[in-house]
Amino acid sequence: MIKIWLKGLSGLGSVLVAGLAVADELNMRPGVTEISREVYDLHMLIFWICVAIGVVVFGVIFWSLIHHRKSAGHEAAQFHESTRLEIGWTLVPTLILIAMAYPATKTLVQMYDTGGEDMTVEVRGYQWKWQYKYLDEDLNSTFDFFSNLATPRDEISNRAAKGEHYLLEVDNALRIPTNRKVRFLLTSEDVIHAWWVPDFGIKRDAIPGILNELWAIVPEPGVYRGQCTELCGKDHGFMPVVVQAMPEAEYDAWYAEQVTAAEQRKEALSKTFTAEELMAEGEAVYNTFCASCHMPNGKGVPPVFPALDGSAIATGPLEDHLDIIINGKAGSAMQAFGKQLDAAQIAAVTHYERHAWSNNTGDMVQPRDVIAQMSSEQ
Amino acid sequence: MSRNIGSTGGHGRTVGKLCLMVCGMFAFGFALVPLYDMFCEVTGLGGRTGDQYAYDPASMQKDSSRLVKVNFVTNTNDGMAWEFWAESGGVRVHPGEVKEVKFYVRNPTKQRMVGQAIPSVVPGRAAQYFHKTECFCFNNQVLEPGETLEMPMRFIVDPDLPKNVPTVSLSYALFDITEMAAGNMKSRAEG
Amino acid sequence: MSEVVVAHHDDHHDHGPDKGLARWLFTTNHKDIGTLYLWFSFTMFLIGGVMALIIRTELFQPGLQFIDPAFFNQMTTNHGLIMVFGAIMPAFVGLANWLVPMMVGAPDMALPRMNNLSFWILPFAFAMLISTLFMEGGGPNFGWTFYAPLSTTYAPDTVTYFIFGVHLMGASSIMGSINIIATILNMRAPGMTLMKMPLFVWTWLITAYLLLAVMPVLAGAVTMMLFDIHFGTSFFNAAGGGDPVMFQHIFWFFGHPEVYIMILPAFGIVSQIIPTFARKPLFGYDSMVYATASIAFLSFIVWAHHMFTVGMPLAGQLFFMYSTMLIAVPTGVKVFNWTATMWRGSMTFETPMLFAIAFVILFTIGGFSGLMLAITPVDYQYHDTYFVVAHFHYVLVPGALFSIIAAVYYWLPKWCGRMYDESLGKLHFWLSFIGVNVTFFPQHFSGLAGMPRRIPDYALQFADFNMVSSIGAFIFGFSQVFFLYVLIKTIRSGEPATDRVWEGAHGLEWTLPSPAPYHSFTTPPNVTDAEAHS
Repeated sequence: MIKIWLKGLSGLGSVLVAGLAVADELNMRPGVTEISREVYDLHMLIFWICVAIGVVVFGVIFWSLIHHRKSAGHEAAQFHESTRLEIGWTLVPTLILIAMAYPATKTLVQMYDTGGEDMTVEVRGYQWKWQYKYLDEDLNSTFDFFSNLATPRDEISNRAAKGEHYLLEVDNALRIPTNRKVRFLLTSEDVIHAWWVPDFGIKRDAIPGILNELWAIVPEPGVYRGQCTELCGKDHGFMPVVVQAMPEAEYDAWYAEQVTAAEQRKEALSKTFTAEELMAEGEAVYNTFCASCHMPNGKGVPPVFPALDGSAIATGPLEDHLDIIINGKAGSAMQAFGKQLDAAQIAAVTHYERHAWSNNTGDMVQPRDVIAQMSSEQ
Repeated sequence: MSRNIGSTGGHGRTVGKLCLMVCGMFAFGFALVPLYDMFCEVTGLGGRTGDQYAYDPASMQKDSSRLVKVNFVTNTNDGMAWEFWAESGGVRVHPGEVKEVKFYVRNPTKQRMVGQAIPSVVPGRAAQYFHKTECFCFNNQVLEPGETLEMPMRFIVDPDLPKNVPTVSLSYALFDITEMAAGNMKSRAEG
Repeated sequence: MSEVVVAHHDDHHDHGPDKGLARWLFTTNHKDIGTLYLWFSFTMFLIGGVMALIIRTELFQPGLQFIDPAFFNQMTTNHGLIMVFGAIMPAFVGLANWLVPMMVGAPDMALPRMNNLSFWILPFAFAMLISTLFMEGGGPNFGWTFYAPLSTTYAPDTVTYFIFGVHLMGASSIMGSINIIATILNMRAPGMTLMKMPLFVWTWLITAYLLLAVMPVLAGAVTMMLFDIHFGTSFFNAAGGGDPVMFQHIFWFFGHPEVYIMILPAFGIVSQIIPTFARKPLFGYDSMVYATASIAFLSFIVWAHHMFTVGMPLAGQLFFMYSTMLIAVPTGVKVFNWTATMWRGSMTFETPMLFAIAFVILFTIGGFSGLMLAITPVDYQYHDTYFVVAHFHYVLVPGALFSIIAAVYYWLPKWCGRMYDESLGKLHFWLSFIGVNVTFFPQHFSGLAGMPRRIPDYALQFADFNMVSSIGAFIFGFSQVFFLYVLIKTIRSGEPATDRVWEGAHGLEWTLPSPAPYHSFTTPPNVTDAEAHS
């Protein structure tokens, strides 16, 4: 405990030093978009106005505290009103406020200049992840994916060293092209979330049943990180927003690739796979979505994350196994994958879990089984 | 100004008035609900669109010089199992022209379910210029297991739509109201 | 808190307090009830403080160390609810109970029996709220602002207890306010005209009206929640045609005036203390009254500045930005008036004065960050980050709380007839002053760097600021335990206080003996120019 406190004290020292050295760390980021820079300038303008007022007011107070004290022998004056002064310190602040309101209004009007966009992405908040849906020129939905926190649980529970982007990293970042006006349409599946990318200077609530919009033109390629900023339940602190801005040509290539892949996935839903295909695809899905808790060897981290190797669920009736993957398990870390993975992926990963390690149920799980199971629910 | 000592009767009038104020403000809290609804419909706050629009072709001139992009965002909420989609993600329309778009819902479950679609429009300032003459969102939908329903939605974009609004996005969020429609009070004690 | 001396006036119903527990249970005496309120709020302050320290312990380092995220949310929620409704508000009501009758020359509050009831509701309300933490599913976890649908469809089952708790707290506040208004309007001594009243009385009169205007709206909001949860209505449920954003409008229609409910009496206290220790009359009494009234009025038309990110139309955003900026004007007038009161005074720096000066400076800093938050386009970057946390803690801790502590040091000798130990008081001040700044100043930086509020774990770049903040929180927390020690020591063994207590004190309460007799002003006092504003 003492060590922690010592660390804290050294932290205090280092902050003071760091504070003097790099004022940047202490301040809002200017960001990369035109809007975010304007916001930053506005922030600095108001900050310095406040500092100026503060210097004057606190200066008068401290002058008074030093000179007008009884111990210094100062006799109290008895004045107690002055209409001129009162009018003065009502009018002057009003004028200062008007001076602030003017640029603020200008920036705000600019922020509301939606329309004329080059592309649209739908951003949908879930407890506790984001979904991004890409719309094509005719505004048809082409493909979508979920963006989950990628920080391993071991880092969160202090069993492993924390990485550089601790809690600000996701499995699939939202990708957008540079130099194009991207419009974001925000909604929510369940409770209110808020989508924020500090470097773009934009933040808006994602509200169930209500649509909101935002836009950004990002001039520089890069990875931009933010977080959900509206309390949305237990894992509110664990749903980061990560946006990767790519050079236009690179983005176009990626986009075309995704559209083709989405079409293939759609076809896969009606296909019958061989056991080998299921195992290969299943292993890939498993390593992406399941292995961080249940471990690549299927042993899990009991008692928090149960082992799948030899588990009653993974070797029991298929229906129960699918149910837990599709709907999750209430009150545990097991989330529902029904909306996040498509039927082919669920079929593959289920098949994999039933045949990997020492498990061998000998059955086959096809996409149509998953579709049938999902349809029979409720 | 003189005070009234020893008898609380003297406070009766004050207390009475203050109690009236409390009751008034309690009622005002509830009155905020319809007031807010009215305010939303007039200003388009929250992207609310109006009820069924009485279309009078004579009163509305088609503006062929202008094309407005209208896109549709369809979602089911709270993990509802229905499939819900529009025949196309968006259309381009001239203001003043009546346009029909088909929406579809499918109930893949083995139960009879009731759904209700909730509309929302961005930008908010376009909401009052977006008129629906026919919409599935005016009623709820009852679907038998496995049933698919085609739902036409007819709308007109008002020619008065501000010039700086080139795109209007219309979102429908579909909610499962089976329990609510059955008059089942949602009881936490049971849940 | 008071060691009571039976008054021997020409009082025909002359009697002292009952003995034992019955005295406190059945008391209708404004001084007893004031004492009950103050001790109750101090207890709640310590409970809410422990929750704050649990939060700061978890946030000391990145990673999850001590509590899980679900419990963390319960801590932030209950910390907020308890500090707002259990600590700050009852403390002000307690001060009003003790001081308003003595300041206006009344023998007691206007409605003594209701006074008893409005206090005794509170322990039940908070017992109900806190008990939820031990129930299955845990206590309220949706933030003190309880936005729907997180607080309705997605709430734990205990939300119903929370709703009834809020109803009870509201009923208590409403009764307390009616009582204070009736006392001020009907029971002033002859000659105590409205514009002669001490500013503490003025600010409380306006606060009480604010409470009567908005507590019923809060009651309405939680009633709608109750109906949504249990009776199938859809006030806030989008599925049934309701609107979750409407909840926020109704909540903040209550919530913003609520913020001023917690600061206006503080303005009053500081306006009593600064003239005393500057030995100079308050500068601009009339403008202070008008500024208070305009702040109260403006508080009704700025609520949506808490909701700049919900997606209001441009015109709405602009309206709420301008009206919010306008609040800076009357608030500025107050700060300038206090400064002018100190100017060319003959100041001494006893503990109440130290807390009052710290109030003026630190509250002004909170005001500056408030002005920054009012600017809508920039607010998008501040909204729901630690910058907001820093802002409202600056106006509530060195603001509202410091004023309450200042008031306790200032009037304690009058209440219990004993003087506190000045050097202990000063030590308490400096510990609190350092603690509060070390805790909350770095939070401006973590907010600007992008740390959202209400998160149990954070990215590495916020680590240093959080560590400093946690250390400050423990310094501040322990200095309030030290405050308890100073209080007990004073009440038990402080030096006897004089009747006037402070050299520069003016006001009817200082014409009474110390400690103030159990029954005071049973015959109306003469209101001389020296004891009232003229």
